[in-house]
Amino acid sequence: MKKTLLAAAALCAIAAGSAHAEMSGGTVKIGVLNDMSGLYADLAGQGSVIAAQMALEEFGGNVNGTKVEIVSADHQNKPDIGSNVARQWYDVDGVDVIVDVPTSSVALAINDVTREKNKVFLVSGAAASDLTGPKCSPNTVHWTYDTWALANGTGKAVVQTGGDSWFFLTADYAFGHALERDTSAVVEANGGKVLGSVKHPLQNADFSSFLLQAQSSGAKVIGLANAGGDTTNSIKQAAEFGIVQGGQSLAGLLVFLTDVHALGLETAHGLILTEAFYWDANDETRKFAAEFAKRNRGIHPTMIHAGVYSSVLHYLKALKELGADADGAKVVAKMKEMPTDDRLFGKGQVRVDGRHIHPMYLFEVKKPEESKGPWDYYKLRATIPAEEAFRPLDQGGCPLAKS
Amino acid sequence: MTAIRIAGKAPVGLTAPRSQVIAFLVMVAAFLIAPLFIYPIFLAKMLCFALFACAFNLLIGYAGLLSFGHAAFFGMAAYAVGHSAKVWGWPPELAILFGVAVAAVLGLGFGILAIRRQGIYFAMVTLALAQMVYFFCLQAPFTHGEDGIQAIPRGHLFGFFNLRDTETLYFVVLAIFLIGFLIIYRAIHSPFGQVLRAIRENEPRTISLGYKPDHYKLMAFVLSAALSGLAGGTKAIVFEIATLTDVHWGTSGEVVLMTLLGGLGTVFGPVVGAFVVIGLQNYLAQIGAWVQVVQGLIFVVCVLTFRRGIVGELGRILKLKL
Amino acid sequence: MFELIGIPPQAFFGQLLIGLINGAFYAMLSLGLAVIFGLLNIINFAHGALYMMGAFVAWFLLQYFGLGYWPALILSPIIVGAFGAVIERTLLRRLYHLDHLYGLLLTFGLALMIQGVFRYYFGSSGQPYTIPPLLQGGVHLGFMVLPIYRGWVVAVSLLVCLATWFIIERTRLGATLRAATENRALTQAFGINVPRMITLTYAFGVGLAAFSGVLAAPIFQVSPLMGADLIIIIFAVVVIGGMGSIMGSILTGFALGVVEGLTKVFYPEASNTVIFVVMAIVLLIKPAGLFGRAHA
Repeated sequence: MKKTLLAAAALCAIAAGSAHAEMSGGTVKIGVLNDMSGLYADLAGQGSVIAAQMALEEFGGNVNGTKVEIVSADHQNKPDIGSNVARQWYDVDGVDVIVDVPTSSVALAINDVTREKNKVFLVSGAAASDLTGPKCSPNTVHWTYDTWALANGTGKAVVQTGGDSWFFLTADYAFGHALERDTSAVVEANGGKVLGSVKHPLQNADFSSFLLQAQSSGAKVIGLANAGGDTTNSIKQAAEFGIVQGGQSLAGLLVFLTDVHALGLETAHGLILTEAFYWDANDETRKFAAEFAKRNRGIHPTMIHAGVYSSVLHYLKALKELGADADGAKVVAKMKEMPTDDRLFGKGQVRVDGRHIHPMYLFEVKKPEESKGPWDYYKLRATIPAEEAFRPLDQGGCPLAKS
Repeated sequence: MTAIRIAGKAPVGLTAPRSQVIAFLVMVAAFLIAPLFIYPIFLAKMLCFALFACAFNLLIGYAGLLSFGHAAFFGMAAYAVGHSAKVWGWPPELAILFGVAVAAVLGLGFGILAIRRQGIYFAMVTLALAQMVYFFCLQAPFTHGEDGIQAIPRGHLFGFFNLRDTETLYFVVLAIFLIGFLIIYRAIHSPFGQVLRAIRENEPRTISLGYKPDHYKLMAFVLSAALSGLAGGTKAIVFEIATLTDVHWGTSGEVVLMTLLGGLGTVFGPVVGAFVVIGLQNYLAQIGAWVQVVQGLIFVVCVLTFRRGIVGELGRILKLKL
Repeated sequence: MFELIGIPPQAFFGQLLIGLINGAFYAMLSLGLAVIFGLLNIINFAHGALYMMGAFVAWFLLQYFGLGYWPALILSPIIVGAFGAVIERTLLRRLYHLDHLYGLLLTFGLALMIQGVFRYYFGSSGQPYTIPPLLQGGVHLGFMVLPIYRGWVVAVSLLVCLATWFIIERTRLGATLRAATENRALTQAFGINVPRMITLTYAFGVGLAAFSGVLAAPIFQVSPLMGADLIIIIFAVVVIGGMGSIMGSILTGFALGVVEGLTKVFYPEASNTVIFVVMAIVLLIKPAGLFGRAHA
C-alpha cells in the first residue's frame, strides 16, 4: 500500500516537473465535514460536497498534475465527533484541508485540532465571530459570514427603518448568546434599545410561550437569535399567534434559503435577512445554481454551499502557486496574499485574521404573488459594501492582527 | 418482577475459570499488538467505552439493575477532568482521580435515591436524575454549554510520560482499562459479587439469610458509577474535549446497546459490544443517517434472536464461561 | 392591576392556556402509552417515532394524493395503526413472556430505525403543512390571541381522551380488555380472542399517536426528529401518572403541560427539565405514580 502510494507520488512528481514535487501523500485531499443528517443537512450537508466537487471540476481536477480527492463525513453537530473525525483525517487518512463545518461549537474544536496539526481549515458553515477574533489561527480562513456580519446587516437595517425597540428570542447556547450580544450592540449603537430577551432550550418545539412573552414586552421588533428548525418553528408560530398582524415585526438573524423554502412564502414573506450570496443575482450565479440544483435533489445553493465552492477554489489556486500542501500555515499565508476572485463572490481578499472580505446583502422575502416559482424568494433591499460588512480588524481581538 | 435473563446464570465460583483466564490473556495480547494495525486514538476510544460498558454491566449483569442514566457519571467525570486539567492546571493522574471521585459522589447520591425502586421504576428514576444532571451541565458556566470544554491539555502522566505522544497515550489508556477491568473482575468473583447475584435471583431469601440488599446494591452502584467516571475522564484526556454528548441520554442508551449486544452478565461481552458499536459508528459515519438505522436494527435483532449477546451465545456454543 | 409574582395577569392566563394546549399533546400521547402498557406490558419507546410517522403520512397524503387535513385526520391513524399491528404481530408478540426491559429495548431500536429512515429520505429541516382554511385565524380573548387551531386541538384531544376513558372503563368492550389485562388465560377461556385484542389495542395506541401527529403537523414542522425528544417527556408523564392508569395519564398530561408552561415564564431555561424534577419527586414519594395501583 505504502509502496504504491510512494510510486504514484514519484510518478506525479516526474510528470509535474521537479518544481512541484511537494504534495504530501501524492494527492491533495479535501475533507468536507458537516451535518449530513441533522438540523443543517439541507443548508450544508451533501450540497457542500457537491459544491466542492464543482469547484474542483472547474479547476481541472488536479493541481499541477497532482490528483485532488474529496472525502466527506457527518459530524452530527457534536464537537467531540467533529474533532475525532478531524484528528483521524489528519493523522491517518492524509487529509490536507477541512472545509465547511457548520455549528460553531464544532468549528471551534476543529480550529484547535487544525492548528495543532498545521493543516488548513476553511470555514463556510459556522457563524462564530470568535474564529477571527480571540480564537483566530494562522491555519483558518473564515469565508462566508459570521455573527457580527449578520447582526450588523439585519440589526442596522431594521433600526434605521424604525424598528428601534427589540426583544430577543435566543437559543440557549453559545451561538445564540453571541448573536444576541452582537445584535444588541448594533441596535444600541444605532440608537435603538433592547427591552429584554428570553432564552429557549435548543431544538425546542413549542415557542408559543416565548412568543407571548415577546408580545407582552411591547417591543417593535422580535429578534430571533436562533437557527435552523428553531427559527422556522418560531416564525411559523408567530404567524399563528398574530404577532405580525399585531404590529410587531420579526427579524430572523440567521435564516437560510432552505429555511425559507421549508416555511413557504405564505408564512415567511416580509422577513428581513442578511446573506452573503443569493443564487438569482446574475447570470453566473444562475448558471451555477442550475447545475447545482440538478445534482442536489433540486435544492438550490445556500450561501454556505457558495462559500464552500469559492473557498475550495481559492485554496486550489493558492496551492497551484505554492506547489506544496504540507505546511498548512504557509498555504493559508498564500491565500491571504493572493486576492480572491470567482464567479459567485466576485473580487475580494482574505484578511490577516483569516476573515474573507466581500459584500453582504440585505434581502426581503417576497410575497407569494411576487414569486415566479419555487426558489424565487428574495428581493434585494440593500448591498452592504465589503469594507462595512465585517468587523473591523482592530476590534476583533485577534492576536494575528496586532503585529 | 421477573429478573432479566442473564447468560451467566450458573453459579460462579470465587476463582476464575480457566476459559476466562485464557480469554483475558488473548485480549491483552490483542490490545498490545493492535496499534500496529489500527489508529491508536481510535483504539483508545474503544477502550474507554469498553470500560464504561463493563462498569455498566456490573450493575445490570450482576445486580439486575438497569440504569438509564449512566451518562451522568461518564459525562460529569469528563467535565471534572477537563476543568481540573485545563483551568486548575492539574496533572492528568490527579485530574482523572478527581473525575472518579466526582462520579462516585454523584453515584452515591443517585444510588441512595434510586435503589429504593426496582425494574422499570429504577430505570426511570435514574433517567430523571440524569436529565437533571444534563440540565445542570447545560446551564453551569464551567461546562461552556454547547461548546464543551475544549483543548484540554493531555499533559505528562506522573510528570514523566508525555501523553501528547499517541503511542504513549494508548498504552496509558490500556493500563487504565486493564486496572478497571480487573477491579470489576475481582468484584464479580468476590463474596460481594456472590451476594449481588443472590439478591438478583431472590431478594427476600437473601434478606432472610441476614444480608442487607440495599447495602450491596448501593455499593455496586457507587462502584459502577466510579468506574464509569474513570472511563469518561480518560476519554476527556484522549480527545482533549468534554461535551454535552457525554451527559446526554443518548449515551446512556448507547452503553445499554453495547452491553446487550456483547452479552449481559458476561465478563468479556461488554468489551466486544463496545468494540462492535464504536467500530460501526466509525465505519458507517460516511453514510450519515444510516448509522441510526443500523444501530436500531442491531437492537431489534439482538432482542429477538440472541438475547444472550455475542459473547453469551458464543459461550453457550463453546460451552465455556466467558 | 395586580400582579402575580411579577407577571401581569394577562400574560399569566395566556401561559396557562398555552400550557393546556401542550398538555393536550402530552395527554393523548401518554394515553396511548398507558393503554399499550396496560394490556401488553410493553413500554413503547417507538411512540414518538410513530407520532412523527402520523404527521408524515398526513403530509404524504397531501403531497401525492391531494388529500387534505380532514381525510388525513382519519386516514393517517388507520395507516399508522395498521403498521403498528404488523409490528405487534411480527415482533412484539415474541417478547410477552420476557421482562419489560426487552420490550423497551426492542421498541427503542425500532424508534431509531424509523427516525433514521425518515431522516435519510427527508432531511431534517422539515416540511411545511398549512392549517386547514376552516380553522385559520385567531380569536381575541382580551389577554391574548388564541389561534382557532390551537383551541381546536385542545377540544378534540379532550374529546378523544374522554372517549377512550369511557370505552375502557365503562363499556363491555373495555371490561373484557381489563379482564384480559388482569388474567389472560382466564379471559381466553371465556372464548375471547385475546391475541387479536392485543393486536388491536396496540394498533389503537399507535393510532392515537398518529392522530396527535396529524394534529401537530400544522403547528410544528413535519420533521423526522419531531418525536425524538418528546418520547422521553411522555415517558415521564406516564410514570408520574402511574403506569397503565388511563385517567391518570390524561390528567397528568394536561397538568404537566400547565406546569411546564408556567416554568417557561419563571425560569424558561428549565422548561425541558421541570418534568423530570416532578417525576423524581413523585417516584420517591409515591412509587406507583399519582394514580397508579401499587402492585408494580
